[in-house]
Amino acid sequence: MSLITYLDAICEAQAHALRDDPRVFIYGQDVGAFGGAFKATKNLAREFPGRVIDSPISEDAMVGLAVGAAIEGMRPIIEMQFADFSTVGFNQIVNQAASLFWRTNVSCPITVRLPFGGTSGGGPFHSQSLETIYAHYPGLIVLTPATVEDAYSMLIEAVAIDDPVIFCEHKFLYRHLKVEKLPSEALPIGKARIAREGRDLTIVAYSAMVQDALEAAGELATEGWEVEVVDLRSVKPLDTDTVMASVSRTGKLLAVGEAFPWGGVTAEVIARVTSEGFELLDAPPQRLNAKDTPIPYHPNLWAAHRPTVRSIGAAARKILRH
Amino acid sequence: MRARLLDEKLAALYRAGKIHGGVFLGRGQEALSAALGINLTKSDVFAPLIRDGAGRLAFGESVLDAVRTCLGSSLGPMRGRDGNVHRGNPQAGYLPMISHLGAMISVVNGVLFARRMKGITGIVGATCLGDGATSTGAFHEALNQAAVEKLPLVLVVADNQYAYSTPTSRQFACASLADKAVGYGVAAHTVDGTDLTACLKVVGGAVADARTGKGPQLVVAKLLRLCGHGEHDDANYIDPKLKNSPLGRDCLKVAEENILQRKWADAAQLAVWRSEAVREIEEAVAQAQREPAPDPFAQDWSALSTRHLLEGNG
Repeated sequence: MSLITYLDAICEAQAHALRDDPRVFIYGQDVGAFGGAFKATKNLAREFPGRVIDSPISEDAMVGLAVGAAIEGMRPIIEMQFADFSTVGFNQIVNQAASLFWRTNVSCPITVRLPFGGTSGGGPFHSQSLETIYAHYPGLIVLTPATVEDAYSMLIEAVAIDDPVIFCEHKFLYRHLKVEKLPSEALPIGKARIAREGRDLTIVAYSAMVQDALEAAGELATEGWEVEVVDLRSVKPLDTDTVMASVSRTGKLLAVGEAFPWGGVTAEVIARVTSEGFELLDAPPQRLNAKDTPIPYHPNLWAAHRPTVRSIGAAARKILRH
Repeated sequence: MRARLLDEKLAALYRAGKIHGGVFLGRGQEALSAALGINLTKSDVFAPLIRDGAGRLAFGESVLDAVRTCLGSSLGPMRGRDGNVHRGNPQAGYLPMISHLGAMISVVNGVLFARRMKGITGIVGATCLGDGATSTGAFHEALNQAAVEKLPLVLVVADNQYAYSTPTSRQFACASLADKAVGYGVAAHTVDGTDLTACLKVVGGAVADARTGKGPQLVVAKLLRLCGHGEHDDANYIDPKLKNSPLGRDCLKVAEENILQRKWADAAQLAVWRSEAVREIEEAVAQAQREPAPDPFAQDWSALSTRHLLEGNG
């Protein structure tokens, strides 16, 4: 039996949505007969004729069209070829889609899929993590699945949600993660997950960084440290309760994200824990992000630019020894 | 005429300090805008821009809803959450503009695209722009998209000689904005925007072509904006030569003279229409001023319709 990858799960979730709901369609560059740059829509155009549609290279108009279709009662899924290119459609996402319900009381059920995050050799314009920017805007839901199971169940749920969803799917995880079968039940969107239990330190992470944090936690276990890893699953809404409950058990916090360091999800996590649970902390909370430069191309530079198992381990040891 | 009188009332209210934010008038563009609104039916889609008070009324917007939005009544369609020209009713095919120029075109495309998927035919989607908006990437992307999808889109450009203060010589270098249509494989029409009769004919023809499956239509009307960008702007930058040229004619006066000349109505009848419109507008203003303003304590402050996914407001 062949294993199911994170990418397969995304393709299968879309097939599920298309099968289940005649209002769903997919629109994006090369998504039709070609099956998408990453093959996330492989065979879907054949299976669902007229509902998996190639768009021109026009991110602004792609999202605008989705908003119009959503007003008309459809449930479009937009595939951005790379998250980086969604900045061309940024205006339609943050000003049109995100403001529609607040302004008019008409909801805007669109899902924008962003293949994001670093892979070796991607360089400055095919590697970015944009969850922070979208999470800043009222009216958007921002999801960051870290597992095959979540990629599947959260994408199905995203399409069913009546509000605009930014679905951040990590390109490194596409073929890296594999499972034997897809889940029939899942935690609902909005709930974080304890990916590994521990009592000495809480590492809060999301998307690919959960996998790196788990690996770091495994190494730290051989040194006698029990590290808890919280997988946020969605960065907006952010499940502060689960994070606070974990920190109340461990007293120590490290927030890890792949995005640029200024502001962002890790800063938000630390701000919330510090202001709402200062007394729970036994050491200053720390955050670990990418460096404050564009993302480098060469693997040597790239590996030094973003958090890694090694740098997560080092940051964790520093807090643990406090 | 109703739109001009409504604009004049809104300008007076603005000068009296009764309106928060800006007031943007359609003075000089009523003929073009009304010609579009009249040619649309209730089943069509309409995304007007800032100078389309006339098109809005012709499409069926009530004077009361226009006034409510400008005065911030909580009973208006935007409930005080958005104001002035940012009003509409999306589910009735009447889309409320965002401020980013060109951004509504692809949204109209999306409504048309979805309706086609649902098997609805015989409808059109119309939206309006000024000359400045034709310089945006959104304009290019969306017009090209409409052409690729062969959507029944009617794009009406009021080439009113100035984008805020910027003259057309600093906006584009083609001989006519209609030339842009060629590059997209879109049909183009040009018209004298000061002449209501010509606007009715040309815009009506473009709407009919889109409705009968001839794909997107670009209508470019030349005229002069007879007011500032907004009521805060005295527009002292407008070239007096343009004001005195045929472009500077007031489309309402031209239309009224034409009506009198053709004896479709006499001066007394025009006066009756005017006083009826004034009464309607005054009643709407009086009513909207009596209506409650939005109450911050009664708001749910929710930007999501999925209530259980709301973040706290900290």
